[in-house]
Amino acid sequence: MISRSIIFIERWFAVGGALAGIALLAIVLVHGGYFVTVIGFAAIYGIFCTGLNFFMGYTGQASFGQNAFAALGGYGTAILCAGLGWQPVLALPLTMLISGTIAVVIGYPTLRLRGHYLAMATFALGLITYELSIEWISLTQGYMGYAGIPPLGIGRYELASDRQQLVALVIVLLIGVWIAQRLKDSRFGRALRAIAGSEAAANALGIDIARYKLAAFVVAAVYASVAGSLFAHFIGFISPEVFGLSMVTLSFTMLYLGGIGTIWGPIVGAVIASMLPEAFRGLKELQDIAYAGVLILILIFFPKGLAALPGMLARWRGEKAQAS
Amino acid sequence: MTLLAVEGVTKRFDGLLANDSISFAVPEQTVFAVIGPNGAGKTTLFNAISGFFPPSEGRISFDGADITGMAQRKIAARGLVRTYQLVQLFKDLTVAENVQVGFHLVTKGAIGAALLRPPWMRAQEARVRDEARELLAFVGLAAQADARADTLPYGQQRLLEVARALAAQPKLLLLDEPAAGLNTGETQALADTILRIRERGVTVLLIEHDMSLVMQIAQRIVVLDFGRKIAEGTPAEIKAHPDVIAAYLGTEAAHA
Repeated sequence: MISRSIIFIERWFAVGGALAGIALLAIVLVHGGYFVTVIGFAAIYGIFCTGLNFFMGYTGQASFGQNAFAALGGYGTAILCAGLGWQPVLALPLTMLISGTIAVVIGYPTLRLRGHYLAMATFALGLITYELSIEWISLTQGYMGYAGIPPLGIGRYELASDRQQLVALVIVLLIGVWIAQRLKDSRFGRALRAIAGSEAAANALGIDIARYKLAAFVVAAVYASVAGSLFAHFIGFISPEVFGLSMVTLSFTMLYLGGIGTIWGPIVGAVIASMLPEAFRGLKELQDIAYAGVLILILIFFPKGLAALPGMLARWRGEKAQAS
Repeated sequence: MTLLAVEGVTKRFDGLLANDSISFAVPEQTVFAVIGPNGAGKTTLFNAISGFFPPSEGRISFDGADITGMAQRKIAARGLVRTYQLVQLFKDLTVAENVQVGFHLVTKGAIGAALLRPPWMRAQEARVRDEARELLAFVGLAAQADARADTLPYGQQRLLEVARALAAQPKLLLLDEPAAGLNTGETQALADTILRIRERGVTVLLIEHDMSLVMQIAQRIVVLDFGRKIAEGTPAEIKAHPDVIAAYLGTEAAHA
């Protein structure tokens, strides 16, 4: 009974969520201005978190250093497009390939670690990349940052306006979600979720744990790389701070706020965590406190994130039906 | 024909002799039990057989091949699949999804196939869904297919674990104390299931504490005590064996 009512409620949430998303996008596109940047950030972070979700959500591993791959994507794009004059459509797949390859090389030894050790090793990866982006001035232009990165485009046609770029970002995000959905509902996705559930049982059923963890890490790295590249194209400028530690904390907030291990959770989290500070802008110095307060309240009442809301409602209704 | 042969298997942990030169042979299509008091070395023996760790000495051969010291995953791929003493379900997955994971070894396709979903992949997914449903019906959990695994009562979690292991289409199924923590009714359901598993052509090797269960379903029994094999035989022979009575009830009872 309860499972049937979950499906019913989830369907309503899906329809409502889709309508809200379309409405939000329409308002932002009509309104224009600063909101386009805010929602653009949300889309970029949505892509980043959708990837991170493979490693942290489905596979249940910790990575505090996925920002390293966003930096690789961002700087790769800056160097190729602004430095060498490459076409964005050619630079994007190349930076994805480079990030994926580096993820294999780094992940292969690192993923032998577990739990806190893995968290520390990945954390170090993010810090090293950050230092490199500051110190390797001939390549990255250091603290000053890399300017003059062209917007997305094909051939002579460039997405000149912010609004056009936002539409492109949302399209890439939807492709990313579509891919995530396909990968999750498959033999591959089931193997990842089995590892999160019990490594002992997964091993006994013949799942090559090291290999699947590495695959999840690489998928997350490629998503992060795309997010970094898109950021570079969208803003036209990157600096080491963009891919710093704040990226890690913000992406974790988004994952847990929306619901880790779910398809739409990372997107919901990205949109809310991007918009909340703007909603409290009028509060001036109290803005950060209000933002933190709302985050804490959400996590107290929805410890599994907002994506758990339909299930909670269904259970509540089931209990009420049983009581009466 | 012998499916599993354990020859002189010894396992030492820093001077502790957990298994001392244990030998026995499990014939095909039997229910074979390893019993013994707590600390007799049963789970250690299981871990050595299933590749959880290698034995210190001795040889284990399965289905005609030497599997001594082979990785657990590779042994599983040869058709020797185990369950654990503590239930190890994928808690966040549904009951049906748990069983679907079990098909990992007998299916194929990774990221590329998941993304592109060629016709063979879709056919495989449909087959996995159907066969998972059949296995759930086989252990009597068809009605719970869409529930989350951790919402099942403990006895049903055990049965789910068995169904999941069967999905890997093992030749030999190792069950580590499957009746632990079950009530009488649940134990009976488990006993019926194990007998029907043998009827499917799967050989079952189990460690068990519950003597009534073992006596009811096993054709052959090995008894361990302090890491050594002290007896082997049919349930009737084991019941009458003085060393076994001594191990379980104390020496005085055996001589009384």
